[in-house]
Amino acid sequence: MPRTTPSQTVGPFLHIGLADDPYAADEGAPGGLWIRGTVYDGAGAPMPDAIVETWQADPDGRFDHPADPRGARTSPGFRGFARCATDADGAYSVFTRKPGAVPGPAGPQAPHIDVSLFARGMLRRVVTRLYFPEDAAARAADPVLSAITDDRERDTLLARAADDGYRFDIRVQGPGETVFFDV
Amino acid sequence: MTENTDAPAAAPLTVPGFRRDHAAHPPLDYPPYRSTALRHPTRPLKLLPHMLTEVTGPVFGHDRIGDLDHDLTRQRSGEPQGQRIIVHGRVLDAGGRPVPHSLVEVWQANAGGRYRHVIDNWPCPLDPNFDGAGRTLTDADGRYRFVTVRPGAYPWRNHDNAWRPAHIHFSLFGTSFTQRLVTQMYFPDDPLFGQDPMWNAIPDEAARQRLVARYDHGATEPQWALAFAWDIVLRGPETTPFEQEADDD
Ligand SMILES: [Fe+3]
Repeated sequence: MPRTTPSQTVGPFLHIGLADDPYAADEGAPGGLWIRGTVYDGAGAPMPDAIVETWQADPDGRFDHPADPRGARTSPGFRGFARCATDADGAYSVFTRKPGAVPGPAGPQAPHIDVSLFARGMLRRVVTRLYFPEDAAARAADPVLSAITDDRERDTLLARAADDGYRFDIRVQGPGETVFFDV
Repeated sequence: MTENTDAPAAAPLTVPGFRRDHAAHPPLDYPPYRSTALRHPTRPLKLLPHMLTEVTGPVFGHDRIGDLDHDLTRQRSGEPQGQRIIVHGRVLDAGGRPVPHSLVEVWQANAGGRYRHVIDNWPCPLDPNFDGAGRTLTDADGRYRFVTVRPGAYPWRNHDNAWRPAHIHFSLFGTSFTQRLVTQMYFPDDPLFGQDPMWNAIPDEAARQRLVARYDHGATEPQWALAFAWDIVLRGPETTPFEQEADDD
Protein backbone atom coordinates (compact mmCIF):
# COMPACT_ATOMS: atom_id res chain seq x y z
CA MET A 1 0.00 0.00 0.00
CA PRO A 2 1.27 3.53 -0.74
CA ARG A 3 2.37 5.66 2.18
CA THR A 4 1.00 9.09 2.99
CA THR A 5 2.70 12.12 1.44
CA PRO A 6 4.16 14.33 4.20
CA SER A 7 2.78 17.78 4.90
CA GLN A 8 4.79 20.96 4.29
CA THR A 9 4.12 24.55 5.28
CA VAL A 10 2.04 26.88 3.07
CA GLY A 11 4.94 29.33 3.42
CA PRO A 12 4.68 33.12 3.22
CA PHE A 13 3.28 33.24 -0.32
CA LEU A 14 0.13 31.20 0.32
CA HIS A 15 -2.11 33.92 -1.11
CA ILE A 16 -0.93 33.18 -4.64
CA GLY A 17 -2.33 29.66 -4.67
CA LEU A 18 -5.03 29.60 -2.00
CA ALA A 19 -7.50 32.20 -3.18
CA ASP A 20 -10.00 33.53 -0.68
CA ASP A 21 -13.42 31.93 -0.88
CA PRO A 22 -15.09 33.45 2.16
CA TYR A 23 -18.73 32.64 1.31
CA ALA A 24 -19.87 29.25 2.60
CA ALA A 25 -23.38 30.55 1.93
CA ASP A 26 -24.58 32.96 -0.73
CA GLU A 27 -24.63 36.59 0.29
CA GLY A 28 -28.16 37.37 1.48
CA ALA A 29 -28.89 33.72 2.41
CA PRO A 30 -31.58 33.44 5.11
CA GLY A 31 -29.94 33.38 8.52
CA GLY A 32 -26.63 34.37 6.97
CA LEU A 33 -24.01 35.44 9.50
CA TRP A 34 -20.39 36.46 9.66
CA ILE A 35 -17.79 34.67 11.72
CA ARG A 36 -14.90 37.01 12.32
CA GLY A 37 -11.76 36.57 14.36
CA THR A 38 -8.07 37.21 14.77
CA VAL A 39 -5.29 34.65 14.76
CA TYR A 40 -2.56 35.23 17.37
CA ASP A 41 0.88 33.69 17.82
CA GLY A 42 2.61 32.76 21.09
CA ALA A 43 3.74 36.35 21.71
CA GLY A 44 0.16 37.59 21.33
CA ALA A 45 0.98 39.14 17.96
CA PRO A 46 -1.58 38.87 15.16
CA MET A 47 -0.55 36.48 12.38
CA PRO A 48 -0.87 38.25 9.00
CA ASP A 49 0.17 35.21 6.97
CA ALA A 50 -2.29 32.51 7.99
CA ILE A 51 -5.34 31.08 6.30
CA VAL A 52 -8.50 29.81 7.96
CA GLU A 53 -10.74 27.18 6.36
CA THR A 54 -14.16 26.19 7.67
CA TRP A 55 -16.27 23.10 6.97
CA GLN A 56 -19.72 22.44 8.39
CA ALA A 57 -23.16 20.91 8.02
CA ASP A 58 -26.10 22.85 6.62
CA PRO A 59 -28.78 24.31 8.92
CA ASP A 60 -30.46 20.88 9.10
CA GLY A 61 -27.23 19.10 10.05
CA ARG A 62 -26.84 17.52 6.59
CA PHE A 63 -23.89 17.33 4.22
CA ASP A 64 -23.89 17.50 0.44
CA HIS A 65 -21.48 14.58 0.34
CA PRO A 66 -21.65 10.87 -0.54
CA ALA A 67 -20.19 9.86 2.85
CA ASP A 68 -23.29 11.11 4.63
CA PRO A 69 -25.18 7.82 5.16
CA ARG A 70 -28.48 9.70 5.20
CA GLY A 71 -27.77 10.62 1.57
CA ALA A 72 -26.03 13.64 0.08
CA ARG A 73 -28.40 16.56 0.10
CA THR A 74 -27.85 19.83 -1.66
CA SER A 75 -28.82 22.97 0.17
CA PRO A 76 -29.30 25.71 -2.45
CA GLY A 77 -26.91 28.62 -2.07
CA PHE A 78 -24.94 26.77 0.58
CA ARG A 79 -21.55 25.12 0.16
CA GLY A 80 -20.44 24.54 3.76
CA PHE A 81 -16.84 25.44 2.94
CA ALA A 82 -15.14 28.80 3.21
CA ARG A 83 -11.62 30.05 3.46
CA CYS A 84 -10.08 33.38 4.23
CA ALA A 85 -6.48 34.45 4.55
CA THR A 86 -5.76 36.73 7.50
CA ASP A 87 -5.14 40.40 6.73
CA ALA A 88 -2.33 42.66 7.98
CA ASP A 89 -4.04 42.70 11.40
CA GLY A 90 -4.37 38.92 11.59
CA ALA A 91 -8.12 39.10 10.99
CA TYR A 92 -10.28 36.74 8.94
CA SER A 93 -14.00 36.58 8.20
CA VAL A 94 -16.28 33.99 6.64
CA PHE A 95 -19.96 34.23 5.77
CA THR A 96 -22.14 31.22 6.47
CA ARG A 97 -25.34 29.90 8.04
CA LYS A 98 -25.53 28.24 11.40
CA PRO A 99 -25.13 24.46 11.15
CA GLY A 100 -27.74 22.16 12.65
CA ALA A 101 -27.02 19.40 15.13
CA VAL A 102 -25.05 16.57 13.54
CA PRO A 103 -25.51 12.93 14.58
CA GLY A 104 -22.62 11.27 16.39
CA PRO A 105 -22.03 7.66 17.43
CA ALA A 106 -23.83 8.07 20.77
CA GLY A 107 -26.36 10.80 20.02
CA PRO A 108 -26.31 14.28 18.54
CA GLN A 109 -23.29 16.54 18.44
CA ALA A 110 -23.89 20.20 19.20
CA PRO A 111 -23.84 22.50 16.16
CA HIS A 112 -20.19 23.03 15.28
CA ILE A 113 -17.81 24.11 12.53
CA ASP A 114 -14.53 22.33 11.85
CA VAL A 115 -11.73 24.87 11.40
CA SER A 116 -8.33 24.31 9.75
CA LEU A 117 -5.53 26.79 10.21
CA PHE A 118 -2.49 26.93 7.93
CA ALA A 119 0.34 29.48 8.19
CA ARG A 120 3.92 30.29 7.47
CA GLY A 121 5.82 28.70 10.34
CA MET A 122 3.41 25.77 10.59
CA LEU A 123 4.70 22.59 9.01
CA ARG A 124 1.20 21.14 8.99
CA ARG A 125 -2.28 22.44 9.58
CA VAL A 126 -3.88 22.55 12.99
CA VAL A 127 -7.56 21.80 13.48
CA THR A 128 -10.02 23.18 15.97
CA ARG A 129 -13.80 23.32 16.34
CA LEU A 130 -16.10 26.27 16.78
CA TYR A 131 -19.23 25.92 18.94
CA PHE A 132 -22.03 28.41 19.53
CA PRO A 133 -22.68 30.25 22.80
CA GLU A 134 -26.48 29.82 22.81
CA ASP A 135 -26.39 26.01 22.62
CA ALA A 136 -25.56 25.35 26.29
CA ALA A 137 -27.64 22.18 26.62
CA ALA A 138 -26.44 20.68 23.35
CA ARG A 139 -22.84 21.53 24.19
CA ALA A 140 -23.11 19.82 27.56
CA ALA A 141 -24.06 16.60 25.73
CA ASP A 142 -21.53 16.98 22.92
CA PRO A 143 -19.05 14.05 22.79
CA VAL A 144 -16.06 16.19 21.78
CA LEU A 145 -16.64 18.98 24.28
CA SER A 146 -17.45 16.65 27.15
CA ALA A 147 -14.10 14.93 26.67
CA ILE A 148 -12.41 18.25 27.54
CA THR A 149 -12.52 18.49 31.33
CA ASP A 150 -10.83 21.88 31.81
CA ASP A 151 -13.41 24.70 31.59
CA ARG A 152 -10.93 27.26 30.30
CA GLU A 153 -9.74 24.91 27.56
CA ARG A 154 -13.30 24.12 26.55
CA ASP A 155 -14.15 27.82 26.42
CA THR A 156 -11.51 28.37 23.73
CA LEU A 157 -13.86 26.52 21.35
CA LEU A 158 -16.76 28.84 22.05
CA ALA A 159 -17.58 31.63 19.61
CA ARG A 160 -18.95 34.87 21.09
CA ALA A 161 -22.08 36.60 19.80
CA ALA A 162 -21.36 39.71 17.71
CA ASP A 163 -23.52 42.28 15.91
CA ASP A 164 -23.54 40.48 12.58
CA GLY A 165 -22.79 36.94 13.72
CA TYR A 166 -20.04 35.59 15.91
CA ARG A 167 -16.47 36.26 16.91
CA PHE A 168 -13.94 33.40 17.11
CA ASP A 169 -10.31 34.22 17.84
CA ILE A 170 -7.62 31.58 17.53
CA ARG A 171 -4.59 31.61 19.84
CA VAL A 172 -1.99 29.25 18.46
CA GLN A 173 0.18 29.27 21.58
CA GLY A 174 0.42 30.71 25.07
CA PRO A 175 -2.17 32.10 27.49
CA GLY A 176 -5.66 31.14 26.32
CA GLU A 177 -4.17 28.72 23.80
CA THR A 178 -6.95 27.33 21.63
CA VAL A 179 -7.63 23.62 21.95
CA PHE A 180 -6.41 21.87 18.81
CA PHE A 181 -7.35 18.37 17.76
CA ASP A 182 -5.53 15.36 16.50
CA VAL A 183 -7.84 14.70 13.60
CA MET B 1 -29.40 33.63 17.41
CA THR B 2 -31.66 30.96 18.84
CA GLU B 3 -31.08 27.34 19.67
CA ASN B 4 -31.73 25.09 16.71
CA THR B 5 -34.89 23.30 17.73
CA ASP B 6 -36.35 22.57 14.32
CA ALA B 7 -33.54 20.27 13.19
CA PRO B 8 -34.59 16.63 12.87
CA ALA B 9 -33.63 14.51 15.86
CA ALA B 10 -30.15 13.21 15.19
CA ALA B 11 -30.11 9.44 15.51
CA PRO B 12 -26.79 7.88 16.55
CA LEU B 13 -24.54 7.37 13.57
CA THR B 14 -21.15 5.77 13.22
CA VAL B 15 -19.18 6.32 10.03
CA PRO B 16 -15.92 4.72 8.83
CA GLY B 17 -12.93 6.89 9.77
CA PHE B 18 -9.52 7.50 8.26
CA ARG B 19 -6.25 5.99 9.38
CA ARG B 20 -4.03 8.34 11.38
CA ASP B 21 -0.62 8.91 9.82
CA HIS B 22 1.37 11.01 12.28
CA ALA B 23 4.75 9.46 11.55
CA ALA B 24 4.70 10.72 7.97
CA HIS B 25 4.46 14.38 8.93
CA PRO B 26 6.87 16.96 10.33
CA PRO B 27 6.29 18.13 13.91
CA LEU B 28 4.75 21.54 14.55
CA ASP B 29 7.63 22.43 16.87
CA TYR B 30 10.86 22.30 14.86
CA PRO B 31 13.45 24.83 16.12
CA PRO B 32 15.67 24.80 12.98
CA TYR B 33 12.68 26.34 11.14
CA ARG B 34 12.66 29.43 13.32
CA SER B 35 9.13 30.58 12.60
CA THR B 36 7.71 27.50 14.31
CA ALA B 37 8.82 28.88 17.71
CA LEU B 38 5.76 31.04 18.36
CA ARG B 39 3.45 29.14 16.04
CA HIS B 40 3.16 25.67 17.53
CA PRO B 41 0.58 24.68 20.12
CA THR B 42 2.25 23.76 23.40
CA ARG B 43 -0.55 21.60 24.76
CA PRO B 44 -1.03 18.07 23.47
CA LEU B 45 -3.58 17.76 20.70
CA LYS B 46 -6.87 16.20 21.78
CA LEU B 47 -8.11 13.17 19.92
CA LEU B 48 -11.02 14.00 17.60
CA PRO B 49 -12.90 10.84 16.68
CA HIS B 50 -13.90 10.84 13.02
CA MET B 51 -17.58 11.63 12.78
CA LEU B 52 -19.74 13.03 10.00
CA THR B 53 -18.11 16.44 9.78
CA GLU B 54 -14.66 14.88 9.52
CA VAL B 55 -15.44 12.21 6.91
CA THR B 56 -17.18 14.66 4.59
CA GLY B 57 -15.65 17.65 2.83
CA PRO B 58 -16.22 20.23 0.13
CA VAL B 59 -16.98 18.96 -3.36
CA PHE B 60 -15.66 21.25 -6.08
CA GLY B 61 -17.08 21.23 -9.57
CA HIS B 62 -15.71 22.09 -13.00
CA ASP B 63 -17.63 25.35 -12.89
CA ARG B 64 -14.94 26.74 -10.61
CA ILE B 65 -12.01 25.80 -12.86
CA GLY B 66 -11.04 27.89 -15.90
CA ASP B 67 -9.87 26.24 -19.14
CA LEU B 68 -6.28 27.44 -18.72
CA ASP B 69 -6.04 27.13 -14.97
CA HIS B 70 -3.87 24.01 -15.32
CA ASP B 71 -1.43 25.67 -17.74
CA LEU B 72 0.71 28.27 -16.00
CA THR B 73 2.50 29.05 -19.29
CA ARG B 74 -0.65 30.33 -21.04
CA GLN B 75 -2.22 32.63 -18.49
CA ARG B 76 -0.68 35.84 -19.86
CA SER B 77 -0.20 37.30 -23.32
CA GLY B 78 3.23 35.75 -23.83
CA GLU B 79 5.16 32.70 -22.68
CA PRO B 80 7.09 32.84 -19.42
CA GLN B 81 10.88 32.51 -19.27
CA GLY B 82 12.40 29.22 -18.19
CA GLN B 83 12.34 25.50 -18.79
CA ARG B 84 8.82 24.41 -19.73
CA ILE B 85 7.77 21.32 -17.79
CA ILE B 86 4.81 18.99 -17.41
CA VAL B 87 4.00 17.91 -13.85
CA HIS B 88 1.56 15.06 -13.65
CA GLY B 89 0.58 12.13 -11.49
CA ARG B 90 -2.19 10.57 -9.49
CA VAL B 91 -3.85 11.41 -6.24
CA LEU B 92 -4.36 8.19 -4.27
CA ASP B 93 -5.35 7.29 -0.77
CA ALA B 94 -3.25 5.15 1.51
CA GLY B 95 -5.59 2.26 0.75
CA GLY B 96 -4.36 2.44 -2.86
CA ARG B 97 -7.57 3.83 -4.28
CA PRO B 98 -7.53 6.78 -6.69
CA VAL B 99 -9.08 10.01 -5.41
CA PRO B 100 -11.24 11.20 -8.32
CA HIS B 101 -12.74 14.63 -9.03
CA SER B 102 -10.83 16.39 -6.27
CA LEU B 103 -9.35 19.86 -6.31
CA VAL B 104 -5.57 20.28 -6.71
CA GLU B 105 -4.12 23.78 -6.38
CA VAL B 106 -0.49 24.75 -7.04
CA TRP B 107 1.62 27.85 -6.62
CA GLN B 108 5.29 28.49 -7.25
CA ALA B 109 8.12 30.92 -7.92
CA ASN B 110 9.13 31.82 -11.47
CA ALA B 111 12.18 30.37 -13.23
CA GLY B 112 14.45 32.76 -11.34
CA GLY B 113 12.97 31.90 -7.95
CA ARG B 114 10.75 34.97 -7.48
CA TYR B 115 7.10 34.88 -6.43
CA ARG B 116 4.57 37.35 -7.72
CA HIS B 117 3.76 38.48 -4.19
CA VAL B 118 4.07 41.87 -2.49
CA ILE B 119 6.38 40.60 0.22
CA ASP B 120 8.81 38.83 -2.14
CA ASN B 121 11.37 41.48 -3.05
CA TRP B 122 14.74 39.79 -3.36
CA PRO B 123 16.72 41.04 -6.38
CA CYS B 124 15.51 38.62 -9.01
CA PRO B 125 13.21 39.88 -11.76
CA LEU B 126 9.51 39.20 -11.94
CA ASP B 127 8.35 37.65 -15.19
CA PRO B 128 5.49 39.63 -16.76
CA ASN B 129 4.23 36.39 -18.30
CA PHE B 130 4.14 34.29 -15.15
CA ASP B 131 1.68 34.48 -12.26
CA GLY B 132 2.63 31.14 -10.73
CA ALA B 133 -0.76 29.75 -9.70
CA GLY B 134 -2.80 26.87 -11.10
CA ARG B 135 -5.70 24.62 -10.23
CA THR B 136 -7.31 21.53 -11.64
CA LEU B 137 -9.57 18.63 -10.74
CA THR B 138 -8.38 15.04 -10.75
CA ASP B 139 -10.10 12.87 -13.34
CA ALA B 140 -12.06 9.67 -12.66
CA ASP B 141 -8.75 7.79 -12.13
CA GLY B 142 -7.32 10.42 -9.79
CA ARG B 143 -4.99 11.86 -12.46
CA TYR B 144 -3.90 15.48 -12.59
CA ARG B 145 -1.65 17.37 -15.03
CA PHE B 146 -0.11 20.83 -15.00
CA VAL B 147 2.06 22.65 -17.54
CA THR B 148 4.40 25.19 -16.02
CA VAL B 149 8.05 26.25 -15.88
CA ARG B 150 10.63 24.78 -13.58
CA PRO B 151 10.81 27.08 -10.55
CA GLY B 152 14.13 28.48 -9.34
CA ALA B 153 15.60 28.13 -5.86
CA TYR B 154 15.22 31.24 -3.71
CA PRO B 155 16.90 32.70 -0.65
CA TRP B 156 15.25 33.28 2.72
CA ARG B 157 16.42 34.50 6.08
CA ASN B 158 15.95 31.46 8.30
CA HIS B 159 19.66 30.71 8.72
CA ASP B 160 22.99 31.80 7.26
CA ASN B 161 22.94 31.58 3.46
CA ALA B 162 19.57 29.84 3.49
CA TRP B 163 18.06 28.76 0.13
CA ARG B 164 14.89 26.84 -0.48
CA PRO B 165 15.28 23.89 -2.84
CA ALA B 166 13.18 24.40 -6.00
CA HIS B 167 9.62 23.36 -5.22
CA ILE B 168 5.98 23.65 -6.21
CA HIS B 169 3.41 24.15 -3.46
CA PHE B 170 0.47 21.73 -3.70
CA SER B 171 -2.90 21.95 -1.94
CA LEU B 172 -5.20 18.90 -1.92
CA PHE B 173 -8.69 18.44 -0.61
CA GLY B 174 -9.26 14.74 -1.25
CA THR B 175 -12.83 13.82 -0.46
CA SER B 176 -12.94 14.47 3.29
CA PHE B 177 -11.93 17.02 5.87
CA THR B 178 -9.46 14.51 7.34
CA GLN B 179 -7.65 14.14 4.00
CA ARG B 180 -6.86 17.84 3.54
CA LEU B 181 -3.16 18.24 2.78
CA VAL B 182 -0.86 21.10 1.83
CA THR B 183 2.62 20.06 0.80
CA GLN B 184 5.50 20.80 -1.59
CA MET B 185 6.85 18.87 -4.55
CA TYR B 186 10.63 18.85 -5.05
CA PHE B 187 12.88 17.94 -8.00
CA PRO B 188 15.32 15.02 -8.12
CA ASP B 189 18.88 15.39 -6.84
CA ASP B 190 18.57 18.92 -5.50
CA PRO B 191 21.84 19.90 -3.76
CA LEU B 192 19.90 22.19 -1.39
CA PHE B 193 17.98 19.51 0.50
CA GLY B 194 20.60 19.05 3.21
CA GLN B 195 20.41 22.62 4.54
CA ASP B 196 16.62 22.98 4.22
CA PRO B 197 14.75 22.77 7.54
CA MET B 198 11.41 22.06 5.87
CA TRP B 199 12.90 19.00 4.23
CA ASN B 200 14.79 17.95 7.36
CA ALA B 201 11.73 18.41 9.58
CA ILE B 202 10.23 15.27 8.08
CA PRO B 203 11.49 12.66 10.51
CA ASP B 204 11.80 9.72 8.13
CA GLU B 205 14.13 9.76 5.11
CA ALA B 206 11.81 7.49 3.14
CA ALA B 207 8.95 9.90 3.78
CA ARG B 208 11.08 12.84 2.56
CA GLN B 209 11.74 11.01 -0.69
CA ARG B 210 7.99 10.82 -1.24
CA LEU B 211 8.07 14.59 -1.89
CA VAL B 212 10.48 14.21 -4.82
CA ALA B 213 9.07 13.97 -8.34
CA ARG B 214 10.60 11.52 -10.82
CA TYR B 215 11.85 12.57 -14.23
CA ASP B 216 9.42 10.90 -16.65
CA HIS B 217 10.96 10.35 -20.06
CA GLY B 218 7.85 8.59 -21.33
CA ALA B 219 5.70 11.64 -20.70
CA THR B 220 8.35 14.10 -21.90
CA GLU B 221 7.19 15.65 -25.16
CA PRO B 222 9.75 15.93 -28.01
CA GLN B 223 10.72 19.49 -28.92
CA TRP B 224 8.41 20.83 -26.23
CA ALA B 225 8.67 19.96 -22.50
CA LEU B 226 10.33 17.76 -19.90
CA ALA B 227 7.93 15.78 -17.73
CA PHE B 228 8.01 15.02 -14.03
CA ALA B 229 5.72 12.45 -12.40
CA TRP B 230 4.58 12.78 -8.82
CA ASP B 231 1.90 10.76 -7.07
CA ILE B 232 0.33 12.20 -3.95
CA VAL B 233 -1.02 9.89 -1.26
CA LEU B 234 -3.72 11.11 1.10
CA ARG B 235 -4.92 9.31 4.18
CA GLY B 236 -6.73 6.05 3.61
CA PRO B 237 -9.67 4.33 5.25
CA GLU B 238 -9.21 2.97 8.74
CA THR B 239 -10.29 -0.49 7.74
CA THR B 240 -8.76 -2.02 4.65
CA PRO B 241 -8.31 -5.62 3.54
CA PHE B 242 -4.63 -5.11 4.33
CA GLU B 243 -5.20 -4.28 7.98
CA GLN B 244 -2.79 -6.96 9.17
CA GLU B 245 0.07 -5.47 7.15
CA ALA B 246 2.71 -3.80 9.32
CA ASP B 247 2.24 -0.06 9.19
CA ASP B 248 4.68 2.40 10.66
CA ASP B 249 2.79 5.45 9.51
FE1 LIG C 1 7.82 28.41 -1.66
